[in-house]
Amino acid sequence: MHRNPARPLSPHLTVWKWGPHMLVSILHRVTGAGLATVGAAGLVWWLVAAASGPEAYQGFTSVVTGWFGLVVGVGLSWAFFQHMLSGLRHLFMDVGAGFELRTNKFWATATLPGSLLLTALFWLCLAKAG
Amino acid sequence: MRLETPIARVRGLGSARSGARHWWLERLTSVATLLLFIWLAVALLRLPSLDQPSVVEWLRDPFAAVPMILLVVATFWHLKLGLQVVIEDYVHEEGLKLFAILLLDFFVIGGVALAAFAVLKIAFGAASGPVL
Repeated sequence: MHRNPARPLSPHLTVWKWGPHMLVSILHRVTGAGLATVGAAGLVWWLVAAASGPEAYQGFTSVVTGWFGLVVGVGLSWAFFQHMLSGLRHLFMDVGAGFELRTNKFWATATLPGSLLLTALFWLCLAKAG
Repeated sequence: MRLETPIARVRGLGSARSGARHWWLERLTSVATLLLFIWLAVALLRLPSLDQPSVVEWLRDPFAAVPMILLVVATFWHLKLGLQVVIEDYVHEEGLKLFAILLLDFFVIGGVALAAFAVLKIAFGAASGPVL
């Protein structure tokens, strides 16, 4: 059967093509789940350590500044910015804006380099602050 | 033979008529967390150091302690609403789903209580010592 490839393909259970909006949608969930578990636990740990005294805080900082802590930290900060940007995109879409195909694809794609850029900026600021 | 009426069978299934509130609170808490995390980032960057004495001195100020507690509440509220939807989407077995949501609620309430207690302990100037 002949199919004109220029025509849009109607959605089907098994016939579909990955688009940036799909990637960003599932990333929103994955990053959200990561932040909600690891990120939230880290936030509580930081506050409890600060309230417990210098020794407990030392335990927290030694883990966070170790190589494992840094890997998790970079991952969490990226997850934070990715979730933040796609969340902002969701807020705009919630009021009915940005559903045109081009606009939708543009802003979905923009969240990806955007989150990487913000992550890099965040760690630059952190390195500068010492 | 089933002795229940059709209405009894459908009760508890389908819309519980609270979805709009869940959806709205998820948006409300998302805006709150966004603003509060911007505040946190700016506040931490302005600190001379991120060591324990600097953080404690900063959190003694009510204008740091109160937003920090709000941040904890907004964040945990937001993550509860979000993770609940994820659980409801992927966990289909009714008992396991209920158990997962129960665990989530315990995690959220425990996390908020612990974090808020830690902030208040600092803010009220208690001598430093183990929280737990």
